[in-house]
Amino acid sequence: MKFMGGFLKVTKRRDGTLTAFSIIVLLFFLFYADQNLDSYTVRILENVAIFITLAVSYNLINGVVGQFSLAPNAFLAIGAYTSAIFTLSPEEKLRSFIIEPMLWPLSVMSFPFAISLLLAGIVTALVAVMMAMPVFRVRGDYLAIVTLGFGEVIQVLANNFLSITNGSLGLKGLYPYTNLWWAWGFCIFTVFCTVRLINSSYGRAMKAVREDEIAAEAMGINALRIKTFAFAFSAFFQGVAGGLLAHLVTTISPSLFTFMFTFNLLIIVVIGGLGSTTGSVIAAVLVTWGNEALRIFEEPSNFFGYQYEGIPGMRMILFSVILILVMLFARNGIMGRSEFSWESLLQWFRRKTPALRV
Amino acid sequence: MDYSFALQQLVYGLTLGCLYGLLAIGYTMVYGVLRLINFAHGDLLMVSAYVAFFGIAIFGVAWPISFIGSVLFTALLGILIDRGAYKPIRKSPRINALITAIGVSFLLENLGLVLIGGRPKSFPAPGLFSGSIVIGTVNIPELSIWVFIITLVLLVLCVLVVKRTRIGIAMRALSRDMETVTLMGIDKDRVISFTFALGSSLAAAGGIMWCMKYPALEPFMGVIPGLKAFVAAVLGGIGNITGAALGGLILGLAEVLIVAVEPDWSGYRDAIAFFLMIIILLTRPTGILGERLPD
Repeated sequence: MKFMGGFLKVTKRRDGTLTAFSIIVLLFFLFYADQNLDSYTVRILENVAIFITLAVSYNLINGVVGQFSLAPNAFLAIGAYTSAIFTLSPEEKLRSFIIEPMLWPLSVMSFPFAISLLLAGIVTALVAVMMAMPVFRVRGDYLAIVTLGFGEVIQVLANNFLSITNGSLGLKGLYPYTNLWWAWGFCIFTVFCTVRLINSSYGRAMKAVREDEIAAEAMGINALRIKTFAFAFSAFFQGVAGGLLAHLVTTISPSLFTFMFTFNLLIIVVIGGLGSTTGSVIAAVLVTWGNEALRIFEEPSNFFGYQYEGIPGMRMILFSVILILVMLFARNGIMGRSEFSWESLLQWFRRKTPALRV
Repeated sequence: MDYSFALQQLVYGLTLGCLYGLLAIGYTMVYGVLRLINFAHGDLLMVSAYVAFFGIAIFGVAWPISFIGSVLFTALLGILIDRGAYKPIRKSPRINALITAIGVSFLLENLGLVLIGGRPKSFPAPGLFSGSIVIGTVNIPELSIWVFIITLVLLVLCVLVVKRTRIGIAMRALSRDMETVTLMGIDKDRVISFTFALGSSLAAAGGIMWCMKYPALEPFMGVIPGLKAFVAAVLGGIGNITGAALGGLILGLAEVLIVAVEPDWSGYRDAIAFFLMIIILLTRPTGILGERLPD
């Protein structure tokens, strides 16, 4: 026993060192990218980070807790609007709210970027809790339809609450705070928090709820509370990601947050393997990059897939076919439910190079 | 609000409600049997509208043939979707079926976008449906009368099929206990296919009438009606056919009347269904006529 404990301690320290080392390598790479790569590539890297953030938190509710949510586009919208409202300067607000002046306390408020992001996360999480209360009282199925409906409703609200959102004109002239460091910093933070959560007793409770809710409740797990907590947790990170996205594209309007976002994320978590954080990260990189690479099928000038001449929607056809095929024939995706660990990577190396003892 | 204005709005509300109801019946039947939210159901409305449109406008077929062809095509498509996308994963966790359903829905929409294009097309409504009758100051479009009659007939037919025929009894049994039903020697896939065919043809009937009422065809036209029809199905009590029609009527009337009373709220029209859904889930999750379905 004593020996095992010592061994675990050693592997734990080794894993920690390796993780820290790889993060430093990543940071060096980002530093290099920031200095040397063109702005298009940097933009893609920023997008990748935001999509990893979104996918990892989306995977928590869909894959780990097994509740089918379609809310990410709505949460993104809430986060984006909240943080944008709080970073715009009072003069800018006075200038852009031309249909109806902005609601009073909001119109004079202005916070630093970090605080606005925090507020975005908190507001989004609160909305998630409010939505979870009616939905999780009944079958989890309804979550899909309620969140899908919510995605539509949030656009309706954003179009109509003129004194808060400026209606269909949207919010313009946001300062492009989001850079590689913000995007990747938050991405690493999200992955860290999510992995810690999944490996905690809460995480095990979530998996129990996914496998068999009734059995989990019999073991003393409050399924309602666990589901609500997971939903709010993932909403927080999606809200902050929305804030980051808003300050990346610098102009937000209700029509930006279509179902397309949610669909992309769904593809990511399914391809990566529902329930695997590692899979989500890998697939987020693949799909975000693929989305750019496949752009040649459509017109070079388009951005989110809709509203263009030529053959828009080609990529989406491809993606929906992939989604259905993966669901039918390769349900495990890339990673299944397994996670990355240094131990398994080292094992793999050992098998490949028997002479070399790492 | 004056009297004739109220009546006029009532006519509009009933028409819209009937259309929601037709769509909701298909949702409720599939959910009742499979416990699956068939996200592609709303898109079947779009497909049926396009097929009818191409029949009339491009191939110059007489409208009754075009309409019947559209209904048959949509029914076939419904069966095909079930066999191709849902049947292989009937035994896996429910979330997989839901994801596949979203995939099918997105595939249909984007196929429409790529094959036909996103520009809205206007539907040439046959003369029979385009006039209107004026009673006093109330203007009743003939289409509304047809919608009402057709919905009523289809609803009665549907209830009769489910209550009286052998396959209807099999459907109801299947929604109670799938395993036992299979043990009784019933071919469950045949029953499920029939359910999909019936639901899809109702969606097609609704879709054709929908695009005569709102004659702008575009690939995403089915999304919002589909969502609202699901809300209608939940409102009436999911799994209950009469309930679905009733839920559709209530939702249609609510949408039209709320906007009529408070024109300022017209922007929020699409949000009404959502808030209705939240209220039902909070107060009576089984819906008006619903009973608790076994899992």
